[in-house]
Amino acid sequence: MSGQASRRDVLGGLLVAFSFAPAALAQTGGGEGSGGPPTVAPDLPGTLAKFPDLDAWIRIAPDGRVTVFTGKVELGTGVKTAMAQLVADELDVAIERVDLITADTSLTPNEGVTAGSQTLEQSGTAVANAAANVRLLLAETAAGRWGVAATSLFTRDGAVLDGQGRRATYAELAASTSLAVRARADVPRKRLAARRLIGRPVPRVDLPAKLTGLPSYVHDMVLPGMVHARVLRGPSSGTRLTPDLAALRRQSGVAKVVQVGRFAAIVGPREWPLEQALRVANRGRWVRDAAVPALPPMPAGLLTMRRESQVIDTRRDDPAARGIRRLSARYDRPYLMHGAIGPSCAVALFEEGRLTVWTHSQGVEPLRQAIAELLAMPVDRIRCVHREGAGCYGHNGADDVAGDVALIARAMPGVPVRLQWSREQEHGWEPLGPAMLAQVDATLDASGRIVDWRHQVWSNTHSTRPTAAGDLLAGSEVVPPFTPTPPKPIPQPNGGGDRNAIPLYRFPNQTIVSHFLPDMPVRVSALRGLGAHLNIFALESFMDELAVAAGRDPVAFRLAHIDDPRAAAVIRRAADRFGWGRYRPASNRGRGFAFARYKNHGAYCAVALDVERIPDEGRLIVHRAVAAVDSGEAVNPDGIRNQVEGGIVQSLSWTAIEAAGHDGARRTDYDWSTYPILRFADAPRSVSVEVIDRPGTPFLGTGECAQGPTAAALGNALAAATGVRSRSMPLAAGSPTPV
Amino acid sequence: MIDLTVNGAAARVDVDPATPLLYVLRDDLHLHAAKFGCGLGQCGACTVLVDDRPVFSCLMPVGAIGTRKVTTVEGLGTAAKPGDVQRAFLHEQAAQCGYCIPGMMTRAEGLLRKTTTPTEYAMRTAMAPSLCRCGTHMRILRAVRRAAVMRGGGVVDAAEPVT
Repeated sequence: MSGQASRRDVLGGLLVAFSFAPAALAQTGGGEGSGGPPTVAPDLPGTLAKFPDLDAWIRIAPDGRVTVFTGKVELGTGVKTAMAQLVADELDVAIERVDLITADTSLTPNEGVTAGSQTLEQSGTAVANAAANVRLLLAETAAGRWGVAATSLFTRDGAVLDGQGRRATYAELAASTSLAVRARADVPRKRLAARRLIGRPVPRVDLPAKLTGLPSYVHDMVLPGMVHARVLRGPSSGTRLTPDLAALRRQSGVAKVVQVGRFAAIVGPREWPLEQALRVANRGRWVRDAAVPALPPMPAGLLTMRRESQVIDTRRDDPAARGIRRLSARYDRPYLMHGAIGPSCAVALFEEGRLTVWTHSQGVEPLRQAIAELLAMPVDRIRCVHREGAGCYGHNGADDVAGDVALIARAMPGVPVRLQWSREQEHGWEPLGPAMLAQVDATLDASGRIVDWRHQVWSNTHSTRPTAAGDLLAGSEVVPPFTPTPPKPIPQPNGGGDRNAIPLYRFPNQTIVSHFLPDMPVRVSALRGLGAHLNIFALESFMDELAVAAGRDPVAFRLAHIDDPRAAAVIRRAADRFGWGRYRPASNRGRGFAFARYKNHGAYCAVALDVERIPDEGRLIVHRAVAAVDSGEAVNPDGIRNQVEGGIVQSLSWTAIEAAGHDGARRTDYDWSTYPILRFADAPRSVSVEVIDRPGTPFLGTGECAQGPTAAALGNALAAATGVRSRSMPLAAGSPTPV
Repeated sequence: MIDLTVNGAAARVDVDPATPLLYVLRDDLHLHAAKFGCGLGQCGACTVLVDDRPVFSCLMPVGAIGTRKVTTVEGLGTAAKPGDVQRAFLHEQAAQCGYCIPGMMTRAEGLLRKTTTPTEYAMRTAMAPSLCRCGTHMRILRAVRRAAVMRGGGVVDAAEPVT
């Protein structure tokens, strides 16, 4: 770095026009759960529009350390690092001097739920612009002291300089600079050439602690006098256990049985005796909860369920277009499990009428509301603090275990309680990703172009995230029970079951229908990507089927139907890096391609796979996966690569081998032997991800962009390798499970 | 009373000998790297080394350890002075949520104590008992390859099937 800052890094540089998200796009958390407070400053970008005062986001301590407050949480996607980069760069301080406080109902802005790949779009945009504002205010303070214009000053490494030897540190200036002011919309972001951290592969700030065993997760919390707890439940959602509580009270290591209506938990000083007591309890009788409807055979049963149908998109640009060939196909996926490696866990302390809950929930604010209702406590007497958990990939048991521990802690004033679910409870009770079915019909004209497209999707809701007590498991167990919030579809442009059902391709005529199924025979909620996984699988599988019917190369066929230049660039880049044109198929081995722009307004991602199916065994070897991604401005390109690499591998597991079973009375999968996920032996031989950086453009959500394209690319590669098209996940079904 | 050697230090705990080692490490010795994942020996989040062999500490009764030396991730290095497996994982940024990674690192350490020149197949087989839900597999394998080189060896991409 040069010792002399350029005058053009000065504050009076170019004004950057901020892009305004349309109100619908600004649904906090992609429409999942509650949306947070209303917009009060529509001229400000990201969540600044809801919390326009700078001190809600950034504070500078007397020692010059910068604290950033975000209502979003680290889920393992690296957003803490990306946000620290944004603030350090925009403010001109060393990243080591930036601390992040994430989602704490007492400290941070209410940014709703961390979901929908929107953390950088919403909170990242807010903190970056807040930092640019703070930098200007500090310079204005220095300008006032020195009697010069702020536009003549520049900043470097936590200080304001006048270029002639005068220097004032942020620590000095902060003492006389109020940040309790509204952000200005016209403060320029740092010009691209002056950025030191944005766009660089800065190492994750949280990994040194996690990789050396320092306490990093809610599971690792230890509070003075803390006791452990285990909750008593039937085998799976929709069942009820009737344990012999008197016998449990006699078990050694059980200090207390907490019973609230039908909710019951055991508490003791040590974990192992509680685990043993839990096993004893689980031998008790369980019954099916009569209120739960019967489960029709899946996935065809989805077609028979009560539905609310809505045309979510229609276009008749060329009603006269003549098709000569009509194709139809149905695609489906089973219920899928989130399957976090660490079962859900929470810690709580009830003291002097106040409750604090440490939780790995993705939405501390709506969780606080739900717990307040559950305990009939004023909301302002409850604090929910985020602590990291194992990667959740959507709504798993995190909120439920927090509701559970809140009930237990209230029964034990002054005693911190740590509750961890068992593996069997996580598998049995987490809300599953919904089973889905899509039917696509399209017509080709004589030149091999698509002239008409119809996509229908049948699905339950993709969010039962808690907004009220009835949405927590404990809420249905207390007496009288609370009623769950009625499920409703998440509207476009984010969409729930219909997420990514609307093609990004340009078809002259199209009709997209969302069949929302309000009755949930199985407990379901948000799984990473929501409906995008199945809809993109259907859309992009069908594009390949149509390409074959039209006698066109699948990549060329896609390019012929797209008019978004960034989409075309991503498709071409992935195809080039894969060597699409040079590919030579071999026996039982083929290539597959797929593309999507997540939610049609997030990141663009294209995936190409080289896949072999081992005859007789049915096992799959993914020889090579190549992806290209355009996330807009790439704050941390290695973070993006990590997300897309992970998304590819995770989606291969979902799509090829996973299916959560139910026998009509209860779930059938309670551990990793009955619900296998991909292991190292079946991981691809190579995965490479190319990031197309678009500096100066808005951040596009990346965390969920690869799942859909990977699923379809796998289906397409298998069809090419074997000549047989699989339209039902899991695609490797029927193959023996690897030992 | 049970006497243990953990990360080179002597420890004495007063617990039921049937208690799985994991609970002793986490709750008595406050070593939090090893994680509870399943309690069934299926996911590997709890993996530690007993002498030089990776074991599921969620299944291993503490009373069965005897004089064998227990090594957890805390014994591989510190944040200020990471060991070479940790440095390899940091270099490759081989983590997303990170919950499974301590088990991955101890398993990799066990492999490299046996051989610093495993084949690709042997490496994947050695890592197979550990699950990752984030899909960080490719980076974890890169980190193990890097650690093998740091130990003076290297993973050999032999012409044998990966699976």
